[in-house]
Amino acid sequence: MPKRTDLDSILVIGSGPIIIGQACEFDYSGTQAIKALKEDGYRIVLVNSNPATIMTDPELADATYVEPITPEFVEKIIAKERPDAILPTLGGQTALNTALALHENGVLEKYDVEMIGARADVIYKAEDRDKFRKAMDKIGLNSAPSRIARTLTEAKDAVKEMGMPCVIRPAFTMGGSGGGIAFNQEEFETIAARGIRLSPVGEILIEQSLIGWKEFEMEVMRDHEDNCVIVCSIENLDPMGVHTGDSITVAPAQTLTDREFQRMRDASFAIMREIGVETGGSNVQFAVNPSNGDLIVIEMNPRVSRSSALASKATGFPIAKFAAKLAVGYTLDEIQNDITKKTPACFEPSIDYVVTKMPRFAFEKFPMSDSTLGTQMKSVGETMAIGRTFEESFQKALRGLEVGRTGFSGKKRDFAADELAYKLARPAPGRLFAIYDAFVQRYNVMEVARLTGIDPWFLAFLERLAQTDVEMDQHNFADVTADQLRTWKQRGFSDVRIAQALGCGEIELRKKRQDMGVNVGYRLVDTCAGEFAAATPYLYSSYDFTRDEVAPLEGKKVVILGGGPNRIGQGIEFDYCCVHASLALREMGIKSIMVNSNPETVSTDFDISDRLYFEPLTTEDVLAICEREKPDGVIVQFGGQTPLNLASSLADAGVPIMGTPVEAIDRAEDRGRFSEMLDKLGLLAPPNGMATNTEEALAAAHRIGFPVLVRPSYVLGGRAMEIIYDARDLERYMKETVVASAERPVLIDRFLEDAIEVDVDCVCDGKRVVVCAVMEHIEEAGIHSGDSTCVIPPISLSDSLVQQICDSTRAMALELGVIGLMNVQLAVRGETLYVLEVNPRASRTVPYVAKATGVAYARIATQVMAGQSLDELGVEEIVSPQHMAVKAPAFPFAKFPGARADLGPEMRSTGEVMGIDKDFSMAMAKASSAAGRTLPTEGKVFLTVKDADKRSVVMVARQLTSLGFSLVATDGTYKVLQRHGLECERINKVHEGRPHVVDLIKNREVTLIINTPLGKVTRYDDGMIRSESYQANIPCLTTMSAAMAAVEGIQALKLGAGDVCSLQEYYATSAVNPISVGV
Amino acid sequence: MGNEHSPAILVLEDGTAYYGQSVGASGERAFELVFNTSMTGYQEILTDPSYAGQGVVMTYPQIGNYGVCLEDDESDRCWADAMIMREMSPLASNYRAEMTLGAYLQQRDVLGIEGIDTRDLTLKLRDQGALRAVLSTEFFDVAALTEMAKGHPSLEGRDLAANVTCKSSYQWDESLPGFGKPGADSPHLVCFDFGVKRNILRCLVACGFRVTVVPASTSAADVLALQPDALFLSNGPGDPAAVTYAHESVRTLVEGGLATFGICLGHQILAHAFGAKTYKMKFGHHGANHPVVESNVGKIDITTQNHSFAVDIDSLKKSGLVTTHVNGNDGTLAGMEHSSLPVFSVQYHPEAAPGPHDSQHLFQRFFHLVQANKKPVA
Repeated sequence: MPKRTDLDSILVIGSGPIIIGQACEFDYSGTQAIKALKEDGYRIVLVNSNPATIMTDPELADATYVEPITPEFVEKIIAKERPDAILPTLGGQTALNTALALHENGVLEKYDVEMIGARADVIYKAEDRDKFRKAMDKIGLNSAPSRIARTLTEAKDAVKEMGMPCVIRPAFTMGGSGGGIAFNQEEFETIAARGIRLSPVGEILIEQSLIGWKEFEMEVMRDHEDNCVIVCSIENLDPMGVHTGDSITVAPAQTLTDREFQRMRDASFAIMREIGVETGGSNVQFAVNPSNGDLIVIEMNPRVSRSSALASKATGFPIAKFAAKLAVGYTLDEIQNDITKKTPACFEPSIDYVVTKMPRFAFEKFPMSDSTLGTQMKSVGETMAIGRTFEESFQKALRGLEVGRTGFSGKKRDFAADELAYKLARPAPGRLFAIYDAFVQRYNVMEVARLTGIDPWFLAFLERLAQTDVEMDQHNFADVTADQLRTWKQRGFSDVRIAQALGCGEIELRKKRQDMGVNVGYRLVDTCAGEFAAATPYLYSSYDFTRDEVAPLEGKKVVILGGGPNRIGQGIEFDYCCVHASLALREMGIKSIMVNSNPETVSTDFDISDRLYFEPLTTEDVLAICEREKPDGVIVQFGGQTPLNLASSLADAGVPIMGTPVEAIDRAEDRGRFSEMLDKLGLLAPPNGMATNTEEALAAAHRIGFPVLVRPSYVLGGRAMEIIYDARDLERYMKETVVASAERPVLIDRFLEDAIEVDVDCVCDGKRVVVCAVMEHIEEAGIHSGDSTCVIPPISLSDSLVQQICDSTRAMALELGVIGLMNVQLAVRGETLYVLEVNPRASRTVPYVAKATGVAYARIATQVMAGQSLDELGVEEIVSPQHMAVKAPAFPFAKFPGARADLGPEMRSTGEVMGIDKDFSMAMAKASSAAGRTLPTEGKVFLTVKDADKRSVVMVARQLTSLGFSLVATDGTYKVLQRHGLECERINKVHEGRPHVVDLIKNREVTLIINTPLGKVTRYDDGMIRSESYQANIPCLTTMSAAMAAVEGIQALKLGAGDVCSLQEYYATSAVNPISVGV
Repeated sequence: MGNEHSPAILVLEDGTAYYGQSVGASGERAFELVFNTSMTGYQEILTDPSYAGQGVVMTYPQIGNYGVCLEDDESDRCWADAMIMREMSPLASNYRAEMTLGAYLQQRDVLGIEGIDTRDLTLKLRDQGALRAVLSTEFFDVAALTEMAKGHPSLEGRDLAANVTCKSSYQWDESLPGFGKPGADSPHLVCFDFGVKRNILRCLVACGFRVTVVPASTSAADVLALQPDALFLSNGPGDPAAVTYAHESVRTLVEGGLATFGICLGHQILAHAFGAKTYKMKFGHHGANHPVVESNVGKIDITTQNHSFAVDIDSLKKSGLVTTHVNGNDGTLAGMEHSSLPVFSVQYHPEAAPGPHDSQHLFQRFFHLVQANKKPVA
């Protein structure tokens, strides 16, 4: 049956900010779906609060709402747009839960909106643990013995039956949020209480643990004619007990016999049918007992997921796109296989390579938190690698992870047996290398299998890799043979590792290897294992290679280097830029070649570029592509720090780097050269110095004066960046936190307390500079720009100061010879402007600026890099938009209990949202809501402010009182408020005895916190307050300007204001002429 | 994990040589090369009599991962001449595994080679069509081996069913797991064994037949003497056009009104029995992911396919046979029925093993057809 003609417009719900468990895979899915539906002539209304997404590009949907994804705001959008249908299966758990809420509160019925993709009853049946288990019983499939509990008493009762260890799963949450494995009663009570609290329906499932069972996933699609296909099977290398998002996973399943595989396939279809998923993609998870083959259904997600994005990238079968088509009535046989362009989509991909996905963690950003992996997802990103064999694929994934590993090699640590056993038995990020050590110590496969629960099939290969790694050290550069090199390369060893083993340089080794004819080749991902000719150029490298399958692209071509796995500080924002670069190049008639290793992204959709190389971003892998394609240029400034770090080695090898010369990067990063430039331009930097050891650091700090801001050079996301108040602390930092060297000194800056920070993005063609936006931070200085709330246009800076900021930016861009994008961070103290940092590359704020202004600057920058001038392009500066756009961060603290949640110079947010409105207060309120910290309209407000703010706090407090809030304050603030006749309770600071502020927050006695911090002593208290407020999910405002804005926002909320308005409407009324380019 | 295998060589009729390691039996054998895109089920493939005379290139690069479990055999021996792999697992990881694939290949006298760029080989077969080849573990003269490959007879015109069929008739009563066995009053089915897979017989028993398997050359009169209620024409190897004796006996039986179901070679023989034609395909269909569309229903089954010959759709005219199923990938004939007689057949494998179970309902459909066709007791 062809598409439905009774639908005209469809509302698509996105997934909001990037958080752990919900990342850019939903931008990939949503973007695909919107494109697919638009192709069929539907009018698409989109809501997504995340400005860094491709899906919120104004050219994509017909009406794009960057508004909070809450039932209240989505209702307003429905009332305004009156869509015929709502598609909730592409925006993760957020979209599913929001759609359910709108169903429950009658909004969908009131406005006659049909839920397509999955009906409400289907979602309930899949997500409600009890209903799901009953459904499985009905079709004769086993689920783990379990009990439902809604109170701690019920939970304690249930656990008596289940025994320990047991798994606690909160209902309707994503990424296993709030869940965990309990091994004892104490752990059980903690996790159960947390789970009940975090489940939106206050319900948890207590389940018998299947620790050690093998874990599998099936990606299933079904159309309304009941045609079902398995797109991909996935086997988790880590056994049950580790969340699949945190597991190393391999596709296809490796250790199932055909009988077992078909049984799982049949079960997957039976589940789809019983749950009632009529159309679309679902993910079903199974556990298999390795000793007898018993099969247990763990769960199913009636929507596209992280795994479906992985399956799409692993097979070339675009699940989200097809899910959208099926939702509007198509059947699988009516859709064409995009890759073969001949055969229908109604088939099951067969692959002839092995795919390995590895998670990337960020525990170093959350000291004190436990890095043991469990049922709650903790990874912040992932990398995928394709190789012809498991070994090749596994090693490519390891180096694609960008954690400093060149492959499966290690230090050959000599652990005692019990220590090694502990390291093997405990699932944690570094476990793989304990396995390496075990094999080096001659443990056998079965011993390691027993301790880790990992299937012997995988371990047999890891053993061979470890043995090969050890054996390589026995050889030397002079007598290594071509056969040896070929074997090592086929087992995935990197040039870096082989060179290290042979005692030569990487370049030397590459040359010898190539001279010996051991070369890499490229193979196609074609969905059909070579059975049909493939039309889509999606390639991966392999040393298992006889002849080239595809010739290099013809004509003018440019390689774009992506950002690799998401991590804190480098994520979707950079992928957004890479996608825009590709689209801009294609528009100019230049072939675009994307290189990236992140399966979650839009950039690794084979539709985006003329050619996609799914490869790790290392010098070796990128150089091999450049040597083959011989591109006219390589773009390194869009993918964050990853490609920038490769720039000089690529340039040295003669690869043409496009845009800003590599030399300018060094000039901006090198302290001495940077200071010279500022002096030359008459600009100021905070007093600063450099140090390669503790003595130098102390000397510099005394010269500059405390407090100081310290950080290593060449890092992104403020890694290991700290504010230090005294010499003792500085000594600790130099000893414990960083390894300083002559090449990588520690940078020491005077920390400007109480200053306003400003971010500026600009684009420069070498002759002219256009300032894209000036962003004013709402939080006090000292908080990483990625973690700050900021606003376009500035709200408290004078016109002349803004002018001065723009002029300084222009001067620096021209001086550095920037061709493309540049980001500047400045601080304003009084009327003095300090330049903190200059990054001659795309910054994290580029997409936010684009959404706030309506101008796709990443595309303009690409055009500029390709040789066009800003004049030719007709790009003008936007003086001031007619609306306010506030960017706010989303934090993962709730996932890292035990970690301090105070904000500082080290970035810890995973994502961001934008609130946009005609006035600042409402934009703030929207941003706050969208980030999951909705401003309260009633309750008690806790105030504790520094002396400088004591005057202005009175006004804020008075407004809050008149809005019906009660007040509680610490001593100083309390006295001020009393003196001004405001009714207020007093509460102890932490060091003043109990009950104190933290008790107040933990007990959720307050609904809003206003806390403006200063200095080291209060910084400790302030840190506690901030940490606890995140754990308790209470909005916490840290500057008076934010507090004042919030109060206005609350006022607006109480009046029922907060109209929704699409980006297209904002841009139409702005003095902006958006550069429109179709995706 | 060792690497101490002896060398082996695979030489194609066009002179291309691939060097690898021997991981199965030793010797030298010529065969026709086909590629199979199933990611699981190597053991079922090796023991499927339809692979007689063929060397199988597995497109999935990691083969042998779960070892071998004898109850998964599809016949009492291996029929494929060789298995060509990128990498064979030296370890069998499955609770049911009884031995490694390598040990099995040696025990069952099948040549095995690993370390081959199987994707390259597959693309070659796709572009050039099925090729004859020689695999040797003893003799490495490429020119001589090329000549040997060239001298190997093509599948075309060869009756291989005669080589694989049973010597004498027998009863089969093993059913699918979880299904009962037929009683004495169950309808009696006679199965022509052109190279039948065990799972076909299990499926027939599971849906309610008493099954007697007879040799391919059994005459119509001898079949009728068994008083069958139903006739089944099995899968098998070789050129369907060459099995002329079966065309004859099948024609007599179906025209006599006996309800008949054919699979694969059986389907092709049925076409010949009614005067339709078959032809050799470029590289055939060998995999477990082929979509089959049932005409006028719109329902799609994902199927296992394994055939190098196909029934010419155009030749069905005047035969009384009509198309019921087509292959979704290339539009070739996948199923047909007779316009007036109780006869239908499919080119693919509803018995799976290996592969998806989507079309197992066809056995049930046949059982109902037989019951409807059974003459009421006078």
